[in-house]
Amino acid sequence: MGAIGILWLRQIRRYLRSRARMVGSLGQPVLFLLAFGFGFGPVFARAGEGDYLAFVAPGIIAMGILFTATFSGIEIIWDRQFGFLRETLVAPVPRLTIVLGRTLGAATVALIQGCIVFAITLIAGFRVRELTLLPVALLFMFLIALLFTAIGTAVGSVLRDMQGFQLIMNFLVLPLFFFSNALFPEAGLPAPLRLVVRLNPLTYGIAGVRGALGAAHGLALLADFAVLGTLALLVLGIAAFLFSRIEV
Amino acid sequence: MIEVSGLVKTFGSFTAVDHVSFSVPEGQIRAFLGPNGAGKTTTIKILTTVLAPSAGSARVAGHDVIRERAAVRRAFGIVFQDPSLDEELTAYENMELHGVLYGVPRAGRRERIAALLGFVGLSGRADDYVKEFSGGMKRRLEIARALLHRPRLLFLDEPTLGLDPQTRNRIWEFVKELAAREKVTVFFTTHAMEEAERVAGEITVIDHGRIVAEGTAALLKEQTASATLEEAFIALTGRDIRAEDAEPADRMRMMRRIWRGR
Ligand SMILES: Nc1ncnc2c1ncn2[C@@H]1O[C@H](COP(=O)(O)OP(=O)(O)OP(=O)(O)O)[C@@H](O)[C@H]1O
Ligand SMILES: [Mg+2]
Repeated sequence: MGAIGILWLRQIRRYLRSRARMVGSLGQPVLFLLAFGFGFGPVFARAGEGDYLAFVAPGIIAMGILFTATFSGIEIIWDRQFGFLRETLVAPVPRLTIVLGRTLGAATVALIQGCIVFAITLIAGFRVRELTLLPVALLFMFLIALLFTAIGTAVGSVLRDMQGFQLIMNFLVLPLFFFSNALFPEAGLPAPLRLVVRLNPLTYGIAGVRGALGAAHGLALLADFAVLGTLALLVLGIAAFLFSRIEV
Repeated sequence: MIEVSGLVKTFGSFTAVDHVSFSVPEGQIRAFLGPNGAGKTTTIKILTTVLAPSAGSARVAGHDVIRERAAVRRAFGIVFQDPSLDEELTAYENMELHGVLYGVPRAGRRERIAALLGFVGLSGRADDYVKEFSGGMKRRLEIARALLHRPRLLFLDEPTLGLDPQTRNRIWEFVKELAAREKVTVFFTTHAMEEAERVAGEITVIDHGRIVAEGTAALLKEQTASATLEEAFIALTGRDIRAEDAEPADRMRMMRRIWRGR
């Protein structure tokens, strides 16, 4: 195992050991699933839009991923406060390796969390249309995880204390979630709102998951993949740059 | 093994390290003494490539700390002044992580970890979480970890802070043995003068970022006409208390130290 591998494993170990956090971060998505999935169902159906649970489940899965991902990324702040970051920074390993190991580990954790939410939506009655597209859905889930871990890492590299986490949650992550296609369809929105939703990277991630699970057209999926993948790499690059400038 | 010349580090308008020059020959145990805020940790951070100097140069194990970072990093082991373990991992996992980061070959790694843990008296605790350890146990684990990749040079920034006399003695015996048997060079800081006198071959004293004296304990006592090293230290660095103008980060560290009792 190399440096990336062991840093990846560290994130996984920490995740598996913090049951409270694991369960705690499921609370919000489950709440949304119950309240929105079942509460809006009748309205949605009456408006002729079909099955709301089938629509909203991918959004809820994404929600589970992005909260965990952002949090795991921003955990860098804790590592700095508890001193562990210094141990990795004096090691004879390029910073890029360190940031990659961390980010991939944190993104994997978020993906697992997303899979648990996925399982819960299945229990709630959500159904996958086309099983062969399941890996594609997982790929999109991973890209969402990677994007938001990278955002968390970038922010965590700049901030010095955990109070910054609230800031990012309230002014970046929550707005990105609410102004995406997670809870409502894009079609029929007022033009300004629609533009915002369109510019939101999360929209492409959710469209991808929704498309893959709902057996959508391959071409649309490819476009979503291109947008989300490019963006995830871009933000990862920014995170790596900011991480490389940390002084401890 | 360490060669420092004209080293300067400024933080804004404050000069923490002010034209420092000294050298430590291979195999020596060198004590680096100075009051709080004298610039000891800052100097060590530069030597260990964590901070870039504002001016001057430093070579560690024959490599330049700015231009040959990777080679420098492979050559030394360090115990930082502040804790640097992952408390959510076990003692073994912390060691393993270090071993992989430093490219310690897989063959024999497990045995070496076991031997080092045994050496610092943590054999039975390898699979316990570090968060369950006492301050002294954590410190011993950090020392074992710093030695895992067989460094030629060991930096110890206040390694015995908050430890009981038994553990302190044990650690210094070990350090001396290491230097004698394996020719490991040791560069350490402490506020316990008797430790410096007992362990160090030579002593470098720094104050307000400047080197104020250098030599064996006997020489420093002679130069200042003092009976003990503590008196010599006070004669060299004055009686003022330094914590008052401490920076916030420094104060936080002191608070934490008081909280944790170390
Ligand atoms: N990142 C920083 N930003 C600003 N000032 C700093 C920074 N790091 C250290 N200093 C200041 O530089 C001076 C030297 O600090 P340093 O930590 O090197 O002291 P020290 O000799 O290790 O003291 P101690 O015995 O208390 O550990 C102090 O006044 C400290 O407040
Ligand atoms: Mg210090």
